[in-house]
Formats: sequence, C-alpha cells, structure tokens
Amino acid sequence: MTMQIAESVSLSAPDARARAHAAAARNNLRTEPRAVRIVIIGLAVIFLTVFVVLPLALVFAQAFSKGVLAYLSALADPEALSAIRLTLVVAAISVGLNLVFGLVAAWAIAKFDFPGKTFLITLIDLPFSVSPVISGLVFVLLFGAQGYFGGWLRDHDIQILFAVPGIALATTFVTFPFVARALIPLMQEQGTQEEEAAISLGASGLQTFFRVTLPNIKWGVLYGVLLCNARAMGEFGAVSVVSGHIRGETNTMPLLVEILYNEYQFVAAFAIASLLAMLALITLIAKTVLERHLDEGQDASDH
Amino acid sequence: MGLTLSWLSVIILIPLAGLFLKSLELSPEQFWAILSSRRTLNALRVSFGLAFAAACVNLVMGSIIVWALVRYRFPGRRIFDAIVDVPFALPTAVAGVALTALFAEKGWLGAPLAALGVKVAFTPLGIFVAMVFIGIPFVVRTVQPVLQDLDPEIEEAAGSLGASRWQTVIRVILPSLAPALLTGLALAFARAVGEYGSVIFIAGNLPNVSEIAPLLIVIRLSEFRYADATAIAVVMLVVSFVIIFAVNRLQRWAQSRIPVR
Amino acid sequence: MTIEVRNLVKKFGSFAALDGVDLKVNDGELLALLGPSGSGKTTLLRIIAGLDWPDAGEVSFNGEDALAQGARERHVGFVFQHYALFRHMTVFENVAFGLRVQPRAIRKDEATIRARVKELLDLVQLDWLADRYPSQLSGGQRQRIALARALAIEPRILLLDEPFGALDAKVRKELRKWLRSLHHEINVTSIFVTHDQEEALEVANRVVVMDKGKIEQIGSPDDVYETPATAFVHSFIGESIELPVQVEGGVIRLGDQPLRLAADGLAPGASKLFVRRHDMLVGPPGSGAFEGAVRHVRNFGPVQRAEVALSGGETIEIDAPRDRELRAGDTIGLEPRRYRIFAGA
Repeated sequence: MTMQIAESVSLSAPDARARAHAAAARNNLRTEPRAVRIVIIGLAVIFLTVFVVLPLALVFAQAFSKGVLAYLSALADPEALSAIRLTLVVAAISVGLNLVFGLVAAWAIAKFDFPGKTFLITLIDLPFSVSPVISGLVFVLLFGAQGYFGGWLRDHDIQILFAVPGIALATTFVTFPFVARALIPLMQEQGTQEEEAAISLGASGLQTFFRVTLPNIKWGVLYGVLLCNARAMGEFGAVSVVSGHIRGETNTMPLLVEILYNEYQFVAAFAIASLLAMLALITLIAKTVLERHLDEGQDASDH
Repeated sequence: MGLTLSWLSVIILIPLAGLFLKSLELSPEQFWAILSSRRTLNALRVSFGLAFAAACVNLVMGSIIVWALVRYRFPGRRIFDAIVDVPFALPTAVAGVALTALFAEKGWLGAPLAALGVKVAFTPLGIFVAMVFIGIPFVVRTVQPVLQDLDPEIEEAAGSLGASRWQTVIRVILPSLAPALLTGLALAFARAVGEYGSVIFIAGNLPNVSEIAPLLIVIRLSEFRYADATAIAVVMLVVSFVIIFAVNRLQRWAQSRIPVR
Repeated sequence: MTIEVRNLVKKFGSFAALDGVDLKVNDGELLALLGPSGSGKTTLLRIIAGLDWPDAGEVSFNGEDALAQGARERHVGFVFQHYALFRHMTVFENVAFGLRVQPRAIRKDEATIRARVKELLDLVQLDWLADRYPSQLSGGQRQRIALARALAIEPRILLLDEPFGALDAKVRKELRKWLRSLHHEINVTSIFVTHDQEEALEVANRVVVMDKGKIEQIGSPDDVYETPATAFVHSFIGESIELPVQVEGGVIRLGDQPLRLAADGLAPGASKLFVRRHDMLVGPPGSGAFEGAVRHVRNFGPVQRAEVALSGGETIEIDAPRDRELRAGDTIGLEPRRYRIFAGA
C-alpha cells in the first residue's frame, strides 16, 4: 500500500519536491506576491519622503545655507528674540489655563453625570473642527472695534485685539481640547472607586484630588500638556487674525516666519522655522514615550 | 455616540452661525448678495474642491501607507511610522514655507518639475499639494488600529474558499476597513478645508484662481468688512458640517453591518 | 477522497507541535482528532488544509502530493472555531462567496449559484435567514452557515477546527447530532478537531487520540474506550481509576499489598493500573484482587458511587449497581472485570 502511494507521487527528485513545497508555503493566503509588496512599500516610502522628509530637510538646509554664524545671528536678532519671548509667554499662559480648565472639565465629565454633559463634550471638540481663521474671527467679532464688547473695551481703555491678551486668548481657545481630550478617556476608564474610597476614609475633596486623582492621571496630564504646548507655540491662523502683525510687539514665531519669508529673508525665516521644527520633532519623540506609559497604565488597570 | 455628537454639533454650529449673522444684523438678502459674489464663490470652490481632491489622494495613498506599515516589515519601518505624524505636529507656517521652497521654481522638486513644464508653487496645484501634506496622518492613523485588529481567519477563510489574493483584498478586507476609511477621508477633508498656514504661502492667492476661503475671510477682516467675513465663515461651517454629518451617517450605516467587536 | 499523512514534523522554535505523525484517512469517513490543548491536533488539521506547512513529512490526497499546492488549490472546506463569517455580507452572500470567486472560465451563472445556495441553506435548515447579517445570528446558526459556506465549493474534504468550541453546552449537543446526520447525508471525507471526548466518541467513525505532538491511538470510538492502547488514552478517555503499582518478581503490589492479579508478561518496575469505575465488581472480602473498606456512599443516577479505602493505601471511587446496597464501614473485595497495566506510566 505504501509502495503504491510512493510510486504515484511525483517522481521528481526530493529537492525539487521540497522547492515546490516551499513555493506553495510562501504563497500563503495572507500575503501578496513579492513584486506587489515591493511596489507598495516603494510607493509608501517615496510618497512619505517627498511630502514629509524633504520639506523637513529643506527647513534645516535653508536655515544653515549661509553657515552656522548666519543662522545664530538670525536667531539673536532683536525681532527674533522678541518673537521667541512672546511665543513662550503665550504658550505658558495657554498651557497653564488649559491645564486648569482641562482638568476641571475632564474631572466633571469622567466622575459625574449632569445634564448637558454631551453638550460640553462636543463643545470641547469645537476648536478642533473649525478652521483656525474662523476661531480668530470669533474673537474679532467679540472684541474688535465693531464687535460685541468693542465699545465697552474702548471705554475702559483695554486692548485685547492686536495685543498680547488677544493672542493669548485666541491661542488658549484653539488649544483647549488637548488636555481635556487626553484626560477624559483616561479618567473615565479609571472610574471613581479610588476617589470614593479616599472620601470614605475621611479625605477632603482637595486632598482626594491631589493625593489620589492626580497621581493616577499624571501621564495623561503630561501628554495633554505636551500636545497643547506644541500647538500653542505653532499656532498661526487664529493668531494671525487677532495679532495685527505689529513688528517687535505682537509677532509670535510663526508670524515672524511669515513676515521674514515675504521679505525674502530666507535664512532668517528658516532659522526660526527650524526652531519650530525641532520643537515638533521633540514633541513627537516625547509623545511616543508617553504613549508607551499610557498603554502600560491601561494594561495595569485592566487587571 | 458619533450620531449624538453630530446632532449636538448641529445644535451648536447652526446657532453659532445664527449668532454671527445676528451680531451683524445681516438680512437674508444681504447674506445672499455677499455669498453670490464671484470672488466668494470661487474661493469656496477652490477650498472645497481642492480639499476634496486632496482628501481622495490621501485616501488612496493613506491606504497604501497603512498597508505597508501594518502588513510588511522593511528597514526603517518604525521611522516611517513616526514620520506619518509630522504633518500633524509641525506648525502650519513652517510647513507652508517649507513646501513653498520645495516646489518653487528653483526648489529641490520644483526645478525638475518646471523642466517638465509643471508649475506647482503659486498655482492651485500648490494648494492641492499643501492640502495633501496636511491630510496624511488622518487616513493612516484612523485605519491603522482597525487593520491591525483584523481577524486573520477571515483571510484564510476567503482563500480556502478559492478566492485569489486580489479577490480577498477587494471583497473581504476593504469592506471591513470601509468605515475607518470613510472617517479618515472626512477628517482629512475637514482639516484641508479650514487649513490656512500651510496653504497660503504656496498658493498664488490670486482672487478667483488660487485664493482659499480662509484667506478671503482674513482679507475681508483687514478691510473691516466684518459682514462679508462672517458670511463666508458661516457658509464654510455649514457646508463642512453637512458633509461631515453625511459621512458620519454613511459610516454608521457601514458599521451597523460590521459591528466593532 | 483518501488522505495520507506520513512522518509529519512541525516545530515552533524548540516546541514540537507535531513529532512524527502518521495517519491514513479513509474515503467518506468522519474522523475526530482528539486531545488536550498543545497536542498538535489543530496544527495537523491546518497542515492538511494548507493553512500551514510542516517542517518535514508528506501529505497526499488520493495519492497525490498535497504539499505542492496551497489551500486554494487543495479544494478543502475549512470551518473555523470562531466561524470567520464575512460580517459585511449577508448570509446568502457568505454562502455564495466560494461560487462567486471562481475563475470566469468555470464560474456558474447567477441562477445556478442562487439555486445552489438555496439548496445548501435548506440543507442546514436556515434558508429563512438568507438576508440577515452574521451579527444578527446566534452562535449555533453562525456555525451552520459557516458549514454551508464551506460545502458550497463541493470540497473533497471537510475540515472543522473545534467547530462547537465557542458554543454553550446545550447547543453543542444539538449540533453534534446534527453534524453526524449531515455527514451521513453528504458523505464527504471529514476531519474535525475537538478536546471534548464525549463529542469525539459520539460523532466520529474513528478517533485519533493525540498528545504532545504524537498519535497515541487510532481506532473506533469503542476501540479507544474499551481497549485503550496507552496510559494517556486510558486516562484521557472516560473516567478511570489510576493506581500506581509495582511489578516485582512476578507479583503486582499496591503499596505493600500484593494483588491477586496475574503478572505474566509484565515488565518489572513502577507501573500504573487502570480500571474503569464501573468495571470494579463488588464481592465479599477476600474474593477479589483488591480489599477495601467503604468510606462513603452516595447514589449517583443509576449507580452507587462509593469511596473505598484499599488496603494497599489508596482511596478510590467505584460505581456499583444499586441492587447490592453498600454502606460506610463495609469491608468488601473488588475484582476488576477488565483492567490494563501500563509500564513506566
């Protein structure tokens, strides 16, 4: 019986058989032929290189195109320094305010049920879904000379638009979602049990918040702050509308890049741009690291 | 949840639009007059039309990229995976000047293209390029988790029933990814429509030709023509809204047949 | 369609999923691959299906080398434990899938496809679900659709990977009977994998008992139950009493107690004695191979289940008929009507 079977099986040499088997095994049900794979990978790599890698590389190439000295002196220019200072101030204000608002909003949404909760959640996402120019427009309509509060502001001699307060407000508005969105799912997943336990043991609301809630969400807070900061420093559209572009006073780094570029001062423009690009890259790296911590935390809480 | 969010967004954005209009006390006739001006209509056409085209390109390329990142192993895969997030993290003004310099007539890519007779910078094609750039992360990141979690047995089942690889991809895998693909498309589109910083440098900004709607809003504001600016903003909000709502419905319909486990 | 598997080896790293497996499957039979998890049964099934490849060995269908073909070409019907139904397609389209993806040359026309799908849905008694989506079906219904889908392509073999594993006990029992009668009707060579021995013994024509990548025994359900070939089979199938015994100088000892059992032909050394609970006949003390004192009795359906402390030191449970009432404290003799001793077990 075995002999019959051996004879009716292909009479080719054992390694031809082994090769046929290997070929069939490679051609399995879950991959594409090699040629297709190469084309797909090639297309993906070329596309990403052309659209992302090249522009990034170009920023640095242009910034240093006249040498390191030219680069550094562009950064040391008083206008540049003032823009850097303003960007840092505005970012600090936005991040600070949004940290508080975000914490409060996330805490309320995750731990309580109240009417209008879904409305609040949608409101939080609002700055994400509208064009930054429209966000800026809202502020102009509210605080501009012909806006709602325009008259009142003028009477009290308060300058919002075309000054730092306006820039800070607009930036805070567009970056509002980041902290909240990072914290809400995290806090919802963590539930209220630990807080309830703390309160039942006699802790006050504030004590519970600082000793129980905060440590649990620290990675989420860092993540939200990181993204909020990156967006705050890089915001262009909304700020452009409200700033008035007053040189040396109301130009943030992105606005200065625009001005310098339009004046053909390419090295200076790209020098500032390179700082912002480095910020973006550092943000991405930090984000990956934090994501790993957040995932670990999630796995731990699943047990 | 998505439906609730859409409904609530309607409830917020339509009144917001109403607020804008009321605050400027625009009558419907005035509103219509502003909108139907040639320049406004063209700006809207440029913004919406090119944003949609760019989103479609991102749908195709995003699918290719996400397939390569999830299904294949190749040197540098992790780096390219991280690179996908750059358009999202990079400040828009930086992206704007970088893309312009890249595709300008003397730029690294602009020069060879010019030799072929293709002008990118300062034309609608430039706007299109910038909008493609800005939309890259959306399709990839939305589809990635779904593709990663796809049940391998589905493909084995299809293959054992006699389907070729191509048939399996088209008839089985793609439909499973459809809701995520649609969401990615909608997100990329929404982002591209409102995009300002990345686009205005490379756009020619010629009225009626290469002027995007957000730029027209800024110009009207600088002319103190608040009513015009507001009218355009309202239209942008409402139209984007309707489109996103429609895609959301489409996605829920697709999802009702493919329940997320 | 006959299947022959010779000397199959499959390793995952240093773990040997299959360690030299030989098997012949007869045309039209319903074969069960039975074993605990890690025994290699699913690996074997997938290799036969063409979803995996062995590191060494041969697989032939009707005498032809199957390993040179992928799953597509082998024309096998595979039913997955978790159904793997296409969730975005209706039940009808799921079943029609295999017919729709055939190459143009041999693809049937729409009317023929529809007729065939209807025929299959009638076969599995679910034609009324044709327009539903898999998410709207119960587990049992999904599995029957998965089976109909696999049968649509008129496969040469039907392979089922723990087909009822994801279902609850009652549905499992119903589907078992249904599978047996279905197989009777369609008569396609079928192999199914299970870790549930009751299922294997109830449904299959022949059972292949596997452990740790090797085949322990192949035989009819009666064979593996009544005459287990190895200690593993005896303990895996049915409930057994297992007693560690020593074979020395022609005497079998339980602890220090010699047993009145023949020791001819047994290898000396540590061994295991296996006997079924209901194969221990109760008699007066001194009458059987074993002596023991009854510790505890309870009625268990049609039998009495008694806990007996043997005078070799072990405590066992036996099932005795109800006519002879046992009581705690009774001293009894036990004679194994049928038993096996496996050396070195």
